[in-house]
Amino acid sequence: MSGARGLHRRSFLARGLAVASTALLGGCDELSDQPWVQRVLDSAETLTRVTQRALLSPSSLAREYSEAELSKTFKANGSTDPSDTDYKAHAANGFADWKLGISGLVEQPLQLSLAELRAMPSRTQITRHDCVEGWSCIGKWKGVPLAALLDRARLKPNARYIVFYCADNLFDTGEDKDKYYESIGLEDAYHPQTILAYDMNDATLPIPHGAPLRLRVERQLGYKMAKYVMRIEAVEQIADIRGGRGGFWEDLGYEWYAGI
Amino acid sequence: MSEREVIYRHSRAVRITHWINVLVLLVLLMSGLQIFNAHPALYIGPKSDFDDPILAMGAVQTEDGAKGVTTLFGHSFDTNGVFGLSGDADSGYDERGFPWSVTLPGHRDLAMGRRWHFFFAWFFLFNGLAYLLWSLGSGHLRRDLAPSGQELKHIGASILEHARLKFPKGEEAKRYNVLQKLTYLIVALVLLPLMLITGLAMSPGMDAAFPVLLDVLGGRQTARTIHFIAASGIVLFVVVHVVMVLISGVWNNLRSMITGRYVIEPAGERP
Repeated sequence: MSGARGLHRRSFLARGLAVASTALLGGCDELSDQPWVQRVLDSAETLTRVTQRALLSPSSLAREYSEAELSKTFKANGSTDPSDTDYKAHAANGFADWKLGISGLVEQPLQLSLAELRAMPSRTQITRHDCVEGWSCIGKWKGVPLAALLDRARLKPNARYIVFYCADNLFDTGEDKDKYYESIGLEDAYHPQTILAYDMNDATLPIPHGAPLRLRVERQLGYKMAKYVMRIEAVEQIADIRGGRGGFWEDLGYEWYAGI
Repeated sequence: MSEREVIYRHSRAVRITHWINVLVLLVLLMSGLQIFNAHPALYIGPKSDFDDPILAMGAVQTEDGAKGVTTLFGHSFDTNGVFGLSGDADSGYDERGFPWSVTLPGHRDLAMGRRWHFFFAWFFLFNGLAYLLWSLGSGHLRRDLAPSGQELKHIGASILEHARLKFPKGEEAKRYNVLQKLTYLIVALVLLPLMLITGLAMSPGMDAAFPVLLDVLGGRQTARTIHFIAASGIVLFVVVHVVMVLISGVWNNLRSMITGRYVIEPAGERP
């Protein structure tokens, strides 16, 4: 008798727990869809960014590794072969006629060929690439410091962000507004390790890794490091660009500050 | 003999930080599993050697269709339906690390999982700091948690008593026994801080600010592995903790963690 009641009580408890946990889970899922919840959760991003900026000096470098620590296979994530027709034409002749555009809030807009970029002072660094998914690869990058390009174009005083427009369209919608883009603030733009890489592991940057030019922002996650960079624009704010959150993945809900 | 006695067992600070921690750790665990599912494999060292994970969950094709498999140190285990491949008739069976029933959100959404995780990580930090500062300042750590030399000497007897599910009564029940003390100390001073430190070591920003994190933990991917192992340790602790709460007087224990008051049964006789 008491055994049966005990059993009954246990199954009641188990059912109660199941209902409670389902409600909690369902509740959290439902909460995730609420704009106000997303705003509250986003407040942590601001706290994280402000805290990390306070802890990082402009010259704090991401760790640089040795040749021996290079990854045997460096995973190519996201787009690996853009289908854009202009891009394909440039790729077909080795980007010989391709030019990087620098425009927006600059005194001197520029169009620079790959040869001109290679003729500028360069920086080589062996760094760890941390994907938002959780994995890391170590690669060797050579490129032109973004600071040198911005100095050459002479940034206007009201410029606050540098936006990178790319050739790839991850979901292959065929529309320019769906192409990859990214943006960084001036702290990162002028950081010594922030470069536009044209070489990877002592060879010309391969197409799966973003040829002809890929951004490296070593103190943030991989999705900030836009591949297939076609055009750079200096702007005062990012809120009026596409989804308004400052990048392709950002517009899909990822953090703009990807230092974590 | 002695009377049934009611003591004030848990201070308000312990009760509040305990229940905040319950909520925070639950959200952190479930959103953490969502993040883990984005790449359900673990590595040692600074980088991911994709050919040589120490733990990997995924689906393999067999004659009977896809099957969930977990590989640990090169040994594969059939974990179909739980790890590697899971689902139900409604949503379909898909390749994934942990089932969506234990992740937050309950479907693939890494961005949202990260937002939950990092928001609650700040609460975890503030709550943990509040607890530690209070524990040090009030003497809780020294008075209630630090085991005496005498207790450590008799740890064998305490283990035997626990194994026989015999719980202290009378005077002995007024304080934590040596196993409780050691367990709580390990959780509060080792596992939970380790979660924080290994979590920070996965941040490229924090690694640039404090490169020593990478040296101490053996690289970012090792830090991620330790993060997973320490989280598993906390889950194990919670399971044992809840079982102990259930079998050593569930209402008495729950009341003491809500109101602070705990009933001491007199020693000698059995209720």
